[in-house]
Amino acid sequence: MNTLRRIFALAVKELLAILRDKKSRFVLIGPPIIQLIVFGYAATFDLNNIPVAVYNEDSGAASRVLVARLVGSPHFDLVGHIERDAQIAPLIDNKDVLMVLHLGPRFSADLKRGKTASAQLIIDGRNSNTALLALGYLRAIVTDFNIDWARRHGKPGPPATLQIRPWYNANLLSRWFVVPGIVGLLTLVVTTIVTGLSVAREREAGTFDQLLVTPLRPVDILIGKSIPGILIGLIEGSFIITMVVFWFEVPLRGSLGALYIGMFLFLLSAVGIGLMISSLAVTQQQGILGTFLFLVPAVILSGFATPISNMPEAVQYLTLINPMRYFMVIVRGVFLEGDSYVLLFDQYWPMAIIAFVTLSLAGWLFRRRMN
Amino acid sequence: MNERAASRMRLVGMIRKESLQILRDPSSIAIAFVMPVVLLLLFGYGVSLDARHVPLAVVVEQPDTNTASLIGSFQHSAYFNLKSFDSIHAAQQAFDLREVFGIVWLRNDFSEQLLSRGNASIGVIVNGVNANQARITQGYIQGVWQVWLGHYARSRGMELTLPVALAPRIWFNAAVSSRDFLVPGLIALIMTLIGALLTSMVVAREWERGTMEALMVTPIRIGELVIGKLVPYFVLGMGGMLLSVATAVWLFEVPLRGSFWLLSAASALFMLVALGMGLVISVVAKNQFVAGQIAIVVTFLPAFILSGFIFQISSMPAAIQLITHIIPARYYVAILQTLFLAGDIWPIVLSNCAVLALMLFVLLAVARRKLHKRLDA
Repeated sequence: MNTLRRIFALAVKELLAILRDKKSRFVLIGPPIIQLIVFGYAATFDLNNIPVAVYNEDSGAASRVLVARLVGSPHFDLVGHIERDAQIAPLIDNKDVLMVLHLGPRFSADLKRGKTASAQLIIDGRNSNTALLALGYLRAIVTDFNIDWARRHGKPGPPATLQIRPWYNANLLSRWFVVPGIVGLLTLVVTTIVTGLSVAREREAGTFDQLLVTPLRPVDILIGKSIPGILIGLIEGSFIITMVVFWFEVPLRGSLGALYIGMFLFLLSAVGIGLMISSLAVTQQQGILGTFLFLVPAVILSGFATPISNMPEAVQYLTLINPMRYFMVIVRGVFLEGDSYVLLFDQYWPMAIIAFVTLSLAGWLFRRRMN
Repeated sequence: MNERAASRMRLVGMIRKESLQILRDPSSIAIAFVMPVVLLLLFGYGVSLDARHVPLAVVVEQPDTNTASLIGSFQHSAYFNLKSFDSIHAAQQAFDLREVFGIVWLRNDFSEQLLSRGNASIGVIVNGVNANQARITQGYIQGVWQVWLGHYARSRGMELTLPVALAPRIWFNAAVSSRDFLVPGLIALIMTLIGALLTSMVVAREWERGTMEALMVTPIRIGELVIGKLVPYFVLGMGGMLLSVATAVWLFEVPLRGSFWLLSAASALFMLVALGMGLVISVVAKNQFVAGQIAIVVTFLPAFILSGFIFQISSMPAAIQLITHIIPARYYVAILQTLFLAGDIWPIVLSNCAVLALMLFVLLAVARRKLHKRLDA
């Protein structure tokens, strides 16, 4: 009973130490909100208003129809028409346009005679992902044009057509993918920083020795120092989940319970890692930089922005020890796919193991540091 | 001893002190050398936006030569790994368990529709959770479909005549490999890390411990102090840049089509801007924890998200696009991607360098004012 009270007192003291200082209070509240808003809006792979120029040497109606379809698409933004070959390179080089659509002088004539008319497309490949997506959009426009043309001129269309249906995210909004991921990103950042600094701060301030002469056992100190991190993580996580649902209007299809079990296990492992860093760090600077050194690879290798399945096999194995990898699946599964506890079980237990290992290691490091 | 010699001596002393401090602190070394290497390896080997070997379930309800030729086209594509399922039900289970990313479903009337009416449908389901991946996969599936249409027409002695055929040419990166634009962009991230994050924390520590005041009562002038503090980090940052360029060119075989000297000059300018940001942050924050946090939020994350490094700026909402104009990394990323992949395109290099120079001027003016104020206080 006494032990519990002591741990509780330590946790309260830890929370106060973090929240009392005006600047560090702000750091816990301000940046996550700014990041949520900026990430939510900026981190999108959807392309809108792609600047494009048209080089139409053809005088027929067909080419004008195709260009009209391009102009009518919300993805493209017609910057201007050009008249000479020599104009293409400067436009692309200087990034005035992302692509140039070139229709030769025989475009309409070829179409009429039943020959395949060629539409040349020059794309700036400096950002290859953008180039591929823009090409995909234009391909869809040309395919629609072809089907329409065939129908109007009584020609047979392709003998088989694709009926593609994206599940869980019918309009393929990349915001639905990125924004729920931010729940994991920001709770991880806040929790590891709070715990990563907790021991180092005491050591730098010299109060660590005072803690040692209290009746608290090392395990009690460790628990007391974990509680604020988990608490702050849970509160911040809940706030972000609320924003994701009500501000960004991402559908929440699964059960909140399944999400919170995942979040609790995730925070436990984050606290374990934070305390490990904290036990190793001698100064606050080392604590911050150490946390940063862990956070950057953890985020990059979590599937937050780029899919794990695209990584080389060796790197994919490496991601297995990254708790954020599992939480990304949980948070997206619950939000978009409506996953239940059973489907997420395979994500829960690895995080539980990671939490157990990191917390034990932190305890061991902690005791070693004390002696 | 004349004044100029004294000044040089003070400056050399300051640089020496600062360099020793870097060499003695393992965490500075970690950020300056370990972090760039980790980032380069992660981005060079680990991260890719190109989908390869996408696991795809195939359900053929009535196999025959037509379905075999269509599935064969998918098998020939390097983009897909096919897994065969007996029923759509079984395929959907695998889909729910995320074992496959999509399903290609040929119903039992596929051949009949194909032969008699010429409008068979190929059912495709893709997992839309990762919208970017889904779009790129859709593009690959459409590519396979078009190849197969050509094969199918030829096998029946016909020539497939599409009304319009798209002939795309992708300039600067014909193989459309995402590594070629991610690795150069990374240099901006690494230099921001060294210039802004590390520098702001180191200078903030000086304030926190009160050693800045101690420095100020020495005969050293404010200009000498700032230059002396920044020179070692400038060298560190340029070292990081050279390391990154060497790795990009020799290890990851990213082409460097522009001039190396132009790249170095632009990088030096950006490094000065990053140092300026670090200096201003440290003066404002006064303590390490806050300086570190501010540096991450106003320099590192924007260099990641708002610079055009990964996400296309022109697709962002107008308000966010406005914000990107005050992010120095935006201008440097444009220079990097152009110099690496396109070559010496002077209008781009010069206009972006001009903005960076203006930013440097503003940052130095702010830092100077703030530093004076502190001395008076």
